[in-house]
Amino acid sequence: MASTEEIRSGLADIVNEVAGIPADTVQLDKSFTDDLDVDSLSMVEVVVAAEEQFGVTIPDDDVKNLKTVGDAVAYIENAQPA
Amino acid sequence: MSSARVVVTGLGATSPVGGTVTDTWSALLAGTSGARVLEEEWATDLPARIAARVAVEPTEVLERVKARRLDRSGQFALVAALEAWADSGLADADVDHERLGVAIASGIGGVTTLLSNYDMLRAKGPRLVSPLAIPMLMPNSPAANVGLAIGARAGVHTPVSACASGNEAIAHGLDMIRLGRADVVVVGGTEAAIHPLPMAAFANMGALSRRNDDPTAASRPWDVDRDGFLLGEGAAVLVIESAEHAEARGARVYAELAGAGITADSHDIAQPDPAGLGATRAMRTALVEGGLEPRDVVHINAHATSTPQGDVAECLAITNALSGETDHVVITSTKSMTGHLLGAAGALESMATVLALHHRVVPPTINLDTRDSAVKLDLATEQRTLPAGDVAALNNSFGFGGHNVAIAFRSA
Repeated sequence: MASTEEIRSGLADIVNEVAGIPADTVQLDKSFTDDLDVDSLSMVEVVVAAEEQFGVTIPDDDVKNLKTVGDAVAYIENAQPA
Repeated sequence: MSSARVVVTGLGATSPVGGTVTDTWSALLAGTSGARVLEEEWATDLPARIAARVAVEPTEVLERVKARRLDRSGQFALVAALEAWADSGLADADVDHERLGVAIASGIGGVTTLLSNYDMLRAKGPRLVSPLAIPMLMPNSPAANVGLAIGARAGVHTPVSACASGNEAIAHGLDMIRLGRADVVVVGGTEAAIHPLPMAAFANMGALSRRNDDPTAASRPWDVDRDGFLLGEGAAVLVIESAEHAEARGARVYAELAGAGITADSHDIAQPDPAGLGATRAMRTALVEGGLEPRDVVHINAHATSTPQGDVAECLAITNALSGETDHVVITSTKSMTGHLLGAAGALESMATVLALHHRVVPPTINLDTRDSAVKLDLATEQRTLPAGDVAALNNSFGFGGHNVAIAFRSA
């Protein structure tokens, strides 16, 4: 099981790959749309890549609740297979 | 329709022989082929395993995140358009964006994006299909992305007429200015179809050269041993504007975009009319629209794809369009070097035509070792100079579906 920091770091690399945001700015308190400028299509790409990487499923209905990097990290942490 | 004069003030290209206009033009004058054997594994079983890939990968030029949101055809278009836009001087000028248009064509559209996403769908299911697939693969995507990059709000268009598409885009831009809908239009074509599916399909039509052991000799327009076209990829873009607009800002003018002729054969979905009647009418219309006479024409960049039927039919059409006054006309096929860029061909070859008038020099047709005896015209087998004074040139493009588009340029 990946730790909180491992998830944050993996997510940061995905956001960097998809949207070109420097990975070190992808911190838990940052909003995907307001702070990191990740648009809705890029967000879908980030979610799908995260699902692949962490072996979780994030239904579309839950994606809209993932406002910050911290929200996403917490969701993935809870959804990870034990 | 007004008779507003329209001029070419900017050029951009990424082609199989160069990543810029300067490099492309130098390579064309030097007779350099962009053909090579495709080393990819997917090419192994194809009947035609040769193509002319771009000389410079667009990912070396574009920002990484920008590039990954574009189909390869969109990447080419953006590279060429940004070069043309800078070359025109408009990138640093005060532009009225509501009077700025785009017409950038593609023959096939985002086929590599479509098929790679289908591969993903089959392999991993619908969740892995990219949310960007539609805005990447739609045929208007290159035009729309160029429009976004330069802020075009007068209208953004994507004419589609197979291998005549690039020229049709130029004709569309000319109409936009003459109809008073825009002052400046960024026009051109792009194509990225070097993928096993279109290559297998073209080969199965009998359209592609199978000279797999000698790729640089594969594209040989008018030669007796021609056996089909060489698939190329890339984009070319021209900035055109009303002469009034260009003069007001003191722009450098390469040539005048004098006229365009668009006709249809209504003969066959894939074969050209053997008598070349539609092609003849297209050239005549372009000349009439440009106020030009056959004696004004000193150069033609021919469609001449290196197919057995098409090359000969076009020469017949040229002779008829010029009422037999062809002695003073130097004809070339730059496809002998670049291969056939399909929906970008007209744009790339119009660019070459404009530069031929601007520099008064015609690039050679390479591989023309033994000319087809049915062709009597003056074909350039080496670099040729054009006369000084007020002269004109034509660029022809013809497409599956029976589309014929001729563009007439006048020296500036």
